[in-house]
Amino acid sequence: METLVIILIDGLVYASWLFLIAVGLTLIYGVLRILNLAHGSLYALGAYAAASLVIRYFDRGLWPPGSYFLMLGAAVAVGLLAGPFIERGLLRRIYNRDPVYQLLATYSLFLILEDFIKLVWGVNPYFAYKPAWLLGQVWLGGIPYPAYSVLLIGVALLAGGGLWFFIRRTRTGRLVVAMIYDPEISMALGVNVPRLSLLTFTLGAILAALGGAFTAPTLSVAPGISVEVIVLAFAVVVIGGLGSPEGSAIGALLVGLVRALMVHQRPELELFAIYLVMALVLLIRPQGLFAREEVRRV
Amino acid sequence: MAVVLETRGLTRTFGRVVAAEDVSVQIRSGERVGLVGPNGAGKTTFLNLITGYVRPDHGRILFSGKDITGLPPRVITRMGIVRSFQIPQIYSTLSVLENMLLALAAREGRGFDFWNPLRRSRAIEEAMELLASFGLTEYAYRPAAELPEGGRKLLDIALAFALRPIVLLMDEPTSGVSTKDKFVVMDTLMEVLQRTGVTTLFVEHDMDVVYRYAERVLVFQNGRVVADGDPQTLFADVTVRRAVIGWE
Amino acid sequence: MKSLRILPWILAGVLIGLGWLLPGWSRFLLTLALARGLVVLGVALLMQAGLVSFGQGLFFAAGAYAVGFAMKYGGVRDAFLATALGALAGLGIAALTGLLLARYRGIFFAMLTLAFSMILYGILLKAYTITGGTDGLRIAPPAFLGHVLPEEHAGIGQYLYTLACAGVFLYLVFRYLESPLGYAVRAVRDNEVRVEYLGLSVSRVLYLTYLLVGVMSGVGGALSALSIGHIVPELAYWTTSGEFVFVALLGGTGSVFAPFIGSALFEFIRTYAYKYAPYTWQMLLGFIMLAIVLFMPGGIWSLSTSIPRRVFGWRWFWKPEA
Repeated sequence: METLVIILIDGLVYASWLFLIAVGLTLIYGVLRILNLAHGSLYALGAYAAASLVIRYFDRGLWPPGSYFLMLGAAVAVGLLAGPFIERGLLRRIYNRDPVYQLLATYSLFLILEDFIKLVWGVNPYFAYKPAWLLGQVWLGGIPYPAYSVLLIGVALLAGGGLWFFIRRTRTGRLVVAMIYDPEISMALGVNVPRLSLLTFTLGAILAALGGAFTAPTLSVAPGISVEVIVLAFAVVVIGGLGSPEGSAIGALLVGLVRALMVHQRPELELFAIYLVMALVLLIRPQGLFAREEVRRV
Repeated sequence: MAVVLETRGLTRTFGRVVAAEDVSVQIRSGERVGLVGPNGAGKTTFLNLITGYVRPDHGRILFSGKDITGLPPRVITRMGIVRSFQIPQIYSTLSVLENMLLALAAREGRGFDFWNPLRRSRAIEEAMELLASFGLTEYAYRPAAELPEGGRKLLDIALAFALRPIVLLMDEPTSGVSTKDKFVVMDTLMEVLQRTGVTTLFVEHDMDVVYRYAERVLVFQNGRVVADGDPQTLFADVTVRRAVIGWE
Repeated sequence: MKSLRILPWILAGVLIGLGWLLPGWSRFLLTLALARGLVVLGVALLMQAGLVSFGQGLFFAAGAYAVGFAMKYGGVRDAFLATALGALAGLGIAALTGLLLARYRGIFFAMLTLAFSMILYGILLKAYTITGGTDGLRIAPPAFLGHVLPEEHAGIGQYLYTLACAGVFLYLVFRYLESPLGYAVRAVRDNEVRVEYLGLSVSRVLYLTYLLVGVMSGVGGALSALSIGHIVPELAYWTTSGEFVFVALLGGTGSVFAPFIGSALFEFIRTYAYKYAPYTWQMLLGFIMLAIVLFMPGGIWSLSTSIPRRVFGWRWFWKPEA
């Protein structure tokens, strides 16, 4: 019973993290039809910005809970700066190109950002553990659990909930959905595609940076953290179906739980949990769980 | 003549659109059949069904008595049912000659040969002859992307033709071809088809072309075959003309 | 055209001669460039089908580790046997992963190849009792027909052997691209529907190509393992694969020689870049790649219609010889 609770919580924590990094990727793909290989770099930028600011914040001895707002602010700032810069500066030039080019272009961007991060923050790791350490532990069903991990679930829920509200309840959000599922009709109806693309990309960037910022206290922020992220995020997105925000939530949950199960039952297979789920899903539904199959008209 | 192609109760829906409903026809060997009807009547779907691009929800397709329902296009193509397309399906970065050579290699079962060159003098000769009969000689060494619209259409048909079909399905063979050339193209084509005894089905919007080249006409409407007969009789029928063909 | 026939032979002669003329370090780099060039050739071949693989490191590492395992656990030191094992490893993995990959194109293909290579990376890292983990494995100098070359000849022996292997595959790919199957690969890029409607199986065309690419990259991995003498899990890392894509793009797909030229250029530039700009090297790669992608009108494939086409194989618009 206790193991089950732990597996469940572990799974949820991991799923929250996956969701934060995957949902932006899938949203961006859905509207812009570009798979952003530099998505992991946005995550890394968020992590670096948050970590370096949080360390300074605590060095000054300021009010500790303020650090959470600082992390949030760092993520939003990174998204607002990097998002429009990348969308306007690069992606806008390649919208009508072959998908493979777009992939290569964003791969180039990934390479550039990797070194940019090294130039700005150096190559030594940052340890911004204090926001996590501050919260101590909570007792869940008689088991001590790091409270900060539970906070992560909250952050993901808030982000997901906010996103859901935006998509279902606001006019712009509905346009985003329309753009994902019926691009031709949306364009024919005169949707301002450049504006919507800018908005979606920036939103995706903020989400990625948010994922990075709130994970920063739990790891050593060092070069290379962006690499793993893009691979995992893509796997989640594929499981859910490219372009589907709901799909990425389900995909993250599925992978999170399977991984947690493996960590506790078959630890040697933990690393492959995500790929296992992905392979199984693709064998049954080649286009992913929530995406429609496209048939070419002749 | 023997029945070469037969459909029994073919039905297929896409969402709420009924693209084919209980289509049962028999095509005899050597027939030249025109498929007519308004846009969205199910003519192209009919070709897609026969060639396996789309699977029917119900019904069966028989080729020379053999059930070919559910087989993929490549298998059906190899059996001898070959088609050309409304939007030309050609290899635009390959030269026109290379397009033809690949079709010939496929016909000869050399498609997966990875050692001997594609360009062999005997094959080139045949390809050039075919291109000449379609009036494409001057484009032979140019990339297919440089062909004018009419030329793309002809190359598409020539590719199908190169496979030496038993049944040839053509989707609007003369759309995109200039009015001046239309009859020249069809004359050449039909002459060869008749000589070689190829059974031909073609979708066509130009009723003059249908009238002149089809021995039999199938009229499609809302996924059903609503009339079937020789063009003289059919086109004399006022209801068919007005309601279906819109040809006064 | 006759005079062009002997060009490859002249080139081969020059390259063999270089083996004696070049100083040891440059010869070593050239050996590496040839070995890695085989992988790049594979990437370029897939590009002919319109596919970009971000996971060639999978075969590269598989070939290298096949040699490593054979040496550590089987006592294999023969270069020919080691190369054959590398080829076999590449073939086996391609045969397996190809079953799934033949269904995918574009982004999916790219990312799934990436995922596969990352799985291997994970295995190599985790199974450290067998693979040596991050320390990797040491590879002893190979033997040729039972003779381990003395120290002073080892470098040149490696070089000539790698050159020969590269030559064999280069010729194979050349034949392949002129064959119906090679044309079918480009036909798949242009129009899959018509390929099926010629009676050819698109997935079979891609699968066979993928097998060839797997073998070639496996051999490339085996050869570079033999010449470097040390292998690490990073060979399977996706940034290694990214480098192969970069070199393929740099060299262009206009000629079977381009991947090797690109590869040689890359090896030499990298050596200096590591020394003088260790933290901006990737950035430089990124900017160059971006420039290629953005400013090459008609893109990557346009390279194939430029000068190299006229000189060597892959002639797009062939005219009968007068």
